[in-house]
Amino acid sequence: MARKPKLAVWKFSSCDGCQLSLLDCEDELLALAGNIEIANFLEASREVIKGPYDLSLVEGSITTPHDLKRIQEVRKISKFLVTIGACATAGGIQALRNFQSVSDFISIVYATPEYISTLEQSTAISSHVKVDFELHGCPINKEQLVEVISAFLFHRKPNIPAHSVCMECKLAGNVCILVSNGVACLGPVTHAGCGALCPSYNRGCFGCYGAKENTNTSSLSNKLYQLGVKNQDIQKLFRSYNAYTPAFLKESKAHD
Amino acid sequence: MTSKTIKVDYLARVEGEGGLYIKVKDEKVTEVKLKIFEPPRFFEAFLRGRNFTEVPDITARICGICPVAYQMSAVHAMENALGVRVDGQLRELRRLLYCGEWIESHTLHVYMLHAPDFLGYQSSIHMAKDFPDIVKQGLELKKAGNEIVRVVGGREIHPINVRVGGFYKIPSKKDLLVLAEKLKRARDLALETVKWVAKFNFPDFTQDYLFVSLAHENEYPFNEGRIVSSNGLNIDIKEYEDYFVEEHVKHSNALHSQMKTGENYFVGPLARYSLNFDKLSPLTKETALDIGLSKTCKNPFQSIIIRSLEILYALDEALRIINSYETPEQPAIKLEIKSSKGYGATEAPRGMIYHHYKIDDDGLVLEAKIVPPTSQNQKTIERDLWNFVPDRLDLPLDELTWQCEQAIRNYDPCISCATHYLKLTLDKE
Repeated sequence: MARKPKLAVWKFSSCDGCQLSLLDCEDELLALAGNIEIANFLEASREVIKGPYDLSLVEGSITTPHDLKRIQEVRKISKFLVTIGACATAGGIQALRNFQSVSDFISIVYATPEYISTLEQSTAISSHVKVDFELHGCPINKEQLVEVISAFLFHRKPNIPAHSVCMECKLAGNVCILVSNGVACLGPVTHAGCGALCPSYNRGCFGCYGAKENTNTSSLSNKLYQLGVKNQDIQKLFRSYNAYTPAFLKESKAHD
Repeated sequence: MTSKTIKVDYLARVEGEGGLYIKVKDEKVTEVKLKIFEPPRFFEAFLRGRNFTEVPDITARICGICPVAYQMSAVHAMENALGVRVDGQLRELRRLLYCGEWIESHTLHVYMLHAPDFLGYQSSIHMAKDFPDIVKQGLELKKAGNEIVRVVGGREIHPINVRVGGFYKIPSKKDLLVLAEKLKRARDLALETVKWVAKFNFPDFTQDYLFVSLAHENEYPFNEGRIVSSNGLNIDIKEYEDYFVEEHVKHSNALHSQMKTGENYFVGPLARYSLNFDKLSPLTKETALDIGLSKTCKNPFQSIIIRSLEILYALDEALRIINSYETPEQPAIKLEIKSSKGYGATEAPRGMIYHHYKIDDDGLVLEAKIVPPTSQNQKTIERDLWNFVPDRLDLPLDELTWQCEQAIRNYDPCISCATHYLKLTLDKE
């Protein structure tokens, strides 16, 4: 029998939710473990089998000098490296520090700031090493995670739609809450993957899956103005879980 | 002179990154450090200036394992600030959502993080080779908890349906009745789980803890109550900061909590159970007494039994809520924004969590303070290790190290929470 492909899961600055998605695959987990060797996944196992690894899943953003070095090591021992979630793909919610002085932040939270070692900015993995595929979402969609793992281990392209949440909303047969109810919604500019969850729950999309390719964010902002959304609230919409993704960053700066 | 170091650089089967360092010199423990090096994420800082309506969604991102705990604590603190109360079926739905998180989070810990220690496996995946049916049972139970969170909250991790004042959309009675059928089967599995873990071998390690939890006059605590302790403390949630303080130590990116009087304390399943036994459902109480537990439990290794009992309770409670559910007329109550301060504390799976916010006339956050369960337990975890290691110094180092890890896992520490903040090193000279 051929050697089972080796999987590693790495954590940087994050909430653990995206790697938890793997353990949340209750129906698929044991089948997955039968076909791949879970070689390094600290949240699930004490056993660490040395690299190199066929596939590394990376969760979290880079925020410390130590992690800057660690991500280089991870890249070296990984054949394929896939980022999972908004932190690894765009810097995450903790990238909100990038808009202010981090030393002010440290003194707000910690009484003895000199004990804290941190970088000025929270950055995406792709700012530091080559990334083979980025899986969007805060959190990621677990079915998409299984798709990405199977695709990389069997050397095919992952089938992850890159269209907008709007498209998913139409497919779900929802009435448009932006047009019909005047609710502020980032659906037109946000990457698909959640299945248009928020609009299906009568609330506007708030951009968990980050920007889709080729977005027209300023056109959406104009529409939001017309609906009476305040400038600073439009800025906050673009400045949350994927604040440092280029399209959202540019748009939020336009509302400074 | 002999010395020994017990050291674990990266603790496994905990949420987030931490390690352990224990130094032993001449058969005496001289140093214990639960190191929390997970990078700090500064939530309290960047919450400033955000709309109060965004806070439940933003704070959920502190932890992917217990987002509901953050959402529930945030909405209750904000509602306290605005002087409103969410009652009736909306209150019941929030309780149902929390039941889902307890079941999902506790089952993850019982089957995938803690049980492998008792049975000598590196992970539940390794365990599945010898006990496939047990692991499948755990996965099915966990799925039932996740189903509740999905139906009420929209999705399992970082639910989207919770808002200050209530929900965005309310589930229909039919949605919940479909769910109830799965929960009835899950309740049988929970009962099996209690009986299974009760047969494990537990180290003789009874400690004199200062337990702290919420207590409510009519119910096992989730979202409301007063803060009580095994020493007779009984205070309103808003008085928390008058009695508890946080201290910043060098080896941890998580703040350490203690009582102002200097004592370390214990939050979590053992504290909740021991302070609220009488409020458990009849089936849960009967099951606990049947397996030989008393009404208090002070052996942290037995926390796996208490978690299993709480899973059983949460399923009982979820079914009770669903049976009496009537669709509320409105998904949320109306709010009037005003400049004010608000306080909230709820029972996360790992223990009491406290939030406090100050907002301005426009509803923007001026000040935020969040104290998760793992920061409150850090000192107690270290205290346990001080007491646990001396009697076990004759063990081979790898076995002692594993047992120390197990002692930490008793707390189901969530480091991601604590750094908003584990690594083990045992130094034996």
